[in-house]
Order: sequence, then structure tokens, then C-alpha cells
Amino acid sequence: MQKGLLGIAELSRGEIEEILSRARDFQPPPRQSFKRFDTLRGRMIVNVFFEASTRTRTSFEIAAKRLGADTLSITASGSSVSKGESLVDTLNTLGAMRPDAIVMRHSASGAPQFLSRYLPIPIVNAGDGTHEHPTQALLDARTILDRRATLEGLRIAIIGDIAHSRVARSNIYLLSKFGVSIVLCGPASLLPRDMAAIAPGVELTTDMRKAIRDADVIMMLRVQLERQNEASFPSNEYFQFFGLRPEHVQLAKPNVIVMHPGPINRGREISSEVADSQRSAILNQVENGIAVRMAVLEKVLAP
Amino acid sequence: MSRLVVKGGRVIDPSQNIDRAADVAIEDGSVREIGENIDATGSEVFDASGLIVAPGFIDMHVHLREPGFEHSETIETGSRSAAAGGFTSICCMPNTQPVNDNATVTHFILERARERAVVNVYPIGAITKNSAGEELAAIASMKEAGIVAISDDGKPVMNARVIRRAMEFARSSNLPVIQHCEDLHLSAGGDMHEGIQSTRLGLRGIPRASEDVMVARDILLAELTGARYHVAHISSRNAMQMVAFAKSKGLSVTAEATPHHFALTNNDMPPYDSNYKMKPPLRDESDVGAIVDGLANGTIDAIATDHAPHPGDEKMQEFERCPFGILGFETAIGLALERLYHSGRIGLAHMVSLFTENPARILSLRRGTLKRGAAADLTIFGLEHEWTYDVARSPSKSRNSPFHGHKFRGGQVATIVRGQIVWRLNG
Repeated sequence: MQKGLLGIAELSRGEIEEILSRARDFQPPPRQSFKRFDTLRGRMIVNVFFEASTRTRTSFEIAAKRLGADTLSITASGSSVSKGESLVDTLNTLGAMRPDAIVMRHSASGAPQFLSRYLPIPIVNAGDGTHEHPTQALLDARTILDRRATLEGLRIAIIGDIAHSRVARSNIYLLSKFGVSIVLCGPASLLPRDMAAIAPGVELTTDMRKAIRDADVIMMLRVQLERQNEASFPSNEYFQFFGLRPEHVQLAKPNVIVMHPGPINRGREISSEVADSQRSAILNQVENGIAVRMAVLEKVLAP
Repeated sequence: MSRLVVKGGRVIDPSQNIDRAADVAIEDGSVREIGENIDATGSEVFDASGLIVAPGFIDMHVHLREPGFEHSETIETGSRSAAAGGFTSICCMPNTQPVNDNATVTHFILERARERAVVNVYPIGAITKNSAGEELAAIASMKEAGIVAISDDGKPVMNARVIRRAMEFARSSNLPVIQHCEDLHLSAGGDMHEGIQSTRLGLRGIPRASEDVMVARDILLAELTGARYHVAHISSRNAMQMVAFAKSKGLSVTAEATPHHFALTNNDMPPYDSNYKMKPPLRDESDVGAIVDGLANGTIDAIATDHAPHPGDEKMQEFERCPFGILGFETAIGLALERLYHSGRIGLAHMVSLFTENPARILSLRRGTLKRGAAADLTIFGLEHEWTYDVARSPSKSRNSPFHGHKFRGGQVATIVRGQIVWRLNG
């Protein structure tokens, strides 16, 4: 298979470390803009987003531009997809235009894996259904490592709609490879028992206080109303039992890092006091998104 | 008079408790005699030395797609694929377009089969109109036209009152009711077995319980109505226990299993490979173990393939958009030999009965036997020859098989329908 980045599950710890360490080179010094490089000058990267996304798409575009690549972004609503063209045909058409890489987001789990079997072009997965979002997990790890010497031995709580979260899956795969003890927490109907078996070091709880106690990191997930095709939980109770508030943060380690992949729903899964607090690393995550995606694109496209 | 003598084989006919070296003489499409050293002067001879000679295999659960989906399969191509799999009789499910829910469609299928099919085709009629699960279909007139069972396969009858009435009606028409057991509310949106793999892959799960609850409901209704009730493609260990329970109570409950459900688990699926996507889904080791046990101990009565052709472009999509179902005919005997016989779990005569006398009994077919005067349908297979399945060479119109490239030990060698050799290996 041509190189690309389809998921964290199939990466080795060494490959992950390599990306994280290279991403550090791309982080801008405080209060400065990202440096420009010309590593990928003359290369063409096509971003195909079959599912709406502003921040991830923008982040990939900036990352590509900072490396000197040409980029083109296509969103599903404006493309032939809405005219009933199949995924294979759409991507074959794009492939015939000879881009050097395709960055894609799709609402179907496995869509990039499926295409990578047929297309000779490297594919970077920018999120597929409820499967993986590998660059999110990499940027989360970079953000933690900016504040901790190592991931080894940390206790990290991931809280929210675990069942439908590709962010949770990618983070579980990544953190597990580094010996993190991972606590997954959410309403029982959004917390599949099989999650405990997808990687070593995972435990489940529906009690938010138990999840947060002594945590080094709290990762909040967005409540994904668009992936709910049924009422899996009483939504008016959500914030009461699974919304992150200042009194929860007290239970964690004193220097706990609060993270969220965004966009945040204030008052639904996280209170404004916590989101805007000193403990929050939410904006650093956004910044690291660009650095990590630069490292990924460089690795994927390096000659 | 046309005469064919199948010489030198090991004849296994469970319907007569025959398992011995013998010849089979066929005259004018009927079995004339089974005996030693039958004089073949003036007859066509098939040399079956080193091979097993059995009554023609019956596949009681197949999809031929005609009328309506001829781009996937036709009665002709499906029957050729069946012959290439060693099957002499196939029973086609009613989910065509239009649905086989009235005698006109039944007549069409039988007429087309007479013109084009190389094996016997027995239609199965719908339980409800358009298989919509509401009003009963024209069951009695379809029975007169030639259906052998009723089923809304693929669209399980969710309304318990409707299936109760169908069972009562089927009983009076002396037809078995075949159910695809799946509670559609529990399985809604699911693409594969609910478990660790579906959780890893981010695919929505089809829980085992979605099968179990319908099997349980239907067994209770079979008791209430006295109907003959048959569980299609059983895949769950729990459903197995319930069928065993029903049998222990003396109910007329039977079950079939597909080769893929006794040969594969959901762990065998390469990520997002839609050739492993079917209903019920591939489950886990404990279920496969239970199915093999059920085949060995008689809880499961028949092996049926659920041959479900889909053309390449329909399977070349995002996994969640791909249709359910895989080809089945040509790999069935090979898989049964590999998983049941060579593995030492089931004797050969028992394996043959799962393909012959048992499905014939469930559907009241006058097939599945080599008794004198019976239609001369024979399946001839070998136990040891090695071969590799190449789906590109299948007579089917579709290519959706997870067994492409699989190496088999033993398999079908020739298929004889009413005395005519309709398929032979390397023929």
C-alpha cells in the first residue's frame, strides 16, 4: 500500500513518536506566526470533505500552505457527489488529475481504507464516520507532551459520547500504545462495553467523578447530535451528569489538562468557566493541529 | 431409451442407509438400480472411481434475482452456478421485483426455469404482500402454482400477530414457514456483528439478540399454531439453544446453517471488505462452535447457502452502503468437507443428509434420494483433490465471494439432473 495515514491503530509507537517529534519543529515560537517552508513546493494536495468541517479543513489547508504545497478544497455539497456520483468515481476523477495526496473526511467508517485499496495516491484520513480521526489524536498527544515529559503512566479520562466518537477511538489506540491508563466515561447507552477490549489499559465508568479523580488529562467529547438517530439518552439531563464543571476539575490532579476537540458546546458538555480556565488547552490543540498536520503531510509526501 | 451408469463410486444415500461401493444405473431420467458390477453395455458410463456418489444436493435458500434484478443474476446463470457447485435442486426466495407473492410470479419463475435452468428450481412464496409484513400474500394459490414454502426472507415479519396468522394459514396449506430472524428495531442501521470488531471499526452493530428474540417469539408461536417452522441461516449460539429446546418439546421446528456461518467469524473480515457483509452477520468463535455442534448433533437439519449475488458496483461502495449477501453455491461442498468432515466433526453420510434427505423432508420435495424410480439427480464429489476457487470463472453474474483464492481439499466433480450431466469438473 502507498503510504498515507488511514488510522492510528496500524501505526507503531516509533512512527507516532517520529511524527510528534517532527511536529515540534513546526510549532511557532510564542506570539509568532508559523514559519514557512518549501519542502512540498510544487506538490498538489486535494482536500475532499464529504462531511462538513471548518476547523479540520482549514487546519490542513494552512499546514499544506506552510510547507509550500498547492491545495485545493472540495466540499461535498458543491461537488458531483450531490449529483449521485459514487465515491469511487468521484475519487477516480480526482485521481486522474494527479494530485500528490488526498486528504479526506467522510461520514462512512472505512471510506478512506476502501479507497486506498483502489487509488494509487496516498490518502490522509481527516475523519471517517465513527472510526478514526488520526491527526486529532496526534495533535492531542502533542498538546499533552508540551506540558508533560511523557505519556507513560498518565491517567487520562475521555468523557462524552464514546460510541459515536472517532476522536475517542484514535486517542484510545494512540494512548494505549504509550502505556496510558484510559478511563472512558459517558451515559451507558453511549459507552459500549466492547470498548474496554479494543486496546489494553482501558476501563469504563458511567460515574464522572470516578473518571476524573486523579486524572492528569480530561478530554471532553462533543455531544454529536448529528450521529444520534435515536434517543440514546435523556438529553436534558446530559449537562447535569456529564458536563464538565469547576467542581469536577477539583477532583483531578492539580495541574490537570482540560482538552476538547472542538467545536465546543458551552453549557452542554463543558461549562464556560472550565473552557476558559487556565487548565484549558483547547486553543493550544488548535495550534498544534497545524504543526502535527505539517509533520503528517511531510511524512506522507516526502520523496 | 437413454441409459447412464455411474460406475465404481462409493454410493452414499442416507435415505436408504446406503454407504457402499456400487454402481448406479439411470434410465430415462430415473434411478433404475443400485448394485454391484451393473452391466453397462450400450450405456453411457460415468467413471466415479475414487469418488462419492450421492443423491442430488438441494440448496433450500437461494436468491436468483429474476425477475427484476437480472443485472445481478438470472434463473439461468444462477442455476449454472448451482450446478457448478454440485447442486441439483435450488429453492429461490421471493424477494424479486415484483415479489413472488402471487401465482402469476410463481408461474413466471417456473416457466423461466423450465426454459433456461439446468437444475430443478423450486420457488418459495412470500408470507405477506410485497413482503411488507402486513397483509398475507396469496399463499394457497401460490401453493397450487408450485411454491414449496413461504418466507419474507430479508424482510422478517415484525408483527407477531401477522406471523401467527401466516403460521395458521401455512399449516392448513401444509407449507413450512421460513423466517429470516432479525428484530429490525434491534438491528437497525447495523452493518456487522456487534462486538469488539464493530466497535474497533466504528461500524454499527447487529446484536446477536436481534436474531435470538425473533427465534424465541416464533418458536412460541409455532407451538401455539402447530405450524412447521424453519429458521433460516441460523448464526447465533443462543438461537441454537432455543431450536434445540423446541425440538426437545417435539415442535415441528427445523433450522439451516450456511457454510459461511460455520466457516468464518467476524474476525476473518479484512477491514471494511464488503464481501464479508451479509445478514445475519458473521459472528464470533463461540457461535461458529455452536453451529458446528448443532450440525453434528442434529439441532441443525440442513446446510443452505443463501447464495446472494450482487454486482461489483453495488459492492464497490462505502461499507455501510453495500448490500448484504455473498455468493454461495460453488464453495459449499468444499467448506462442508473442510469444516465438518476433514475436521472429524461429522461423518460423510451425515454430511450428505444435510444436503439431501433433510431439506427434502422439510420442504416435502420428492428429491434427495436414490430410491428406485426417483428422479436421477446425483451429486458426485471427491474428498481429496486440491483446487482453488477462482470466482472470476463462476457462471454467476456476480463476484461477491469472500472465498476467492481459497484452497480446498475435495469438492464437487459432477452434477447430474434427471440423468443428464449438467456440469462436470474441467468439463
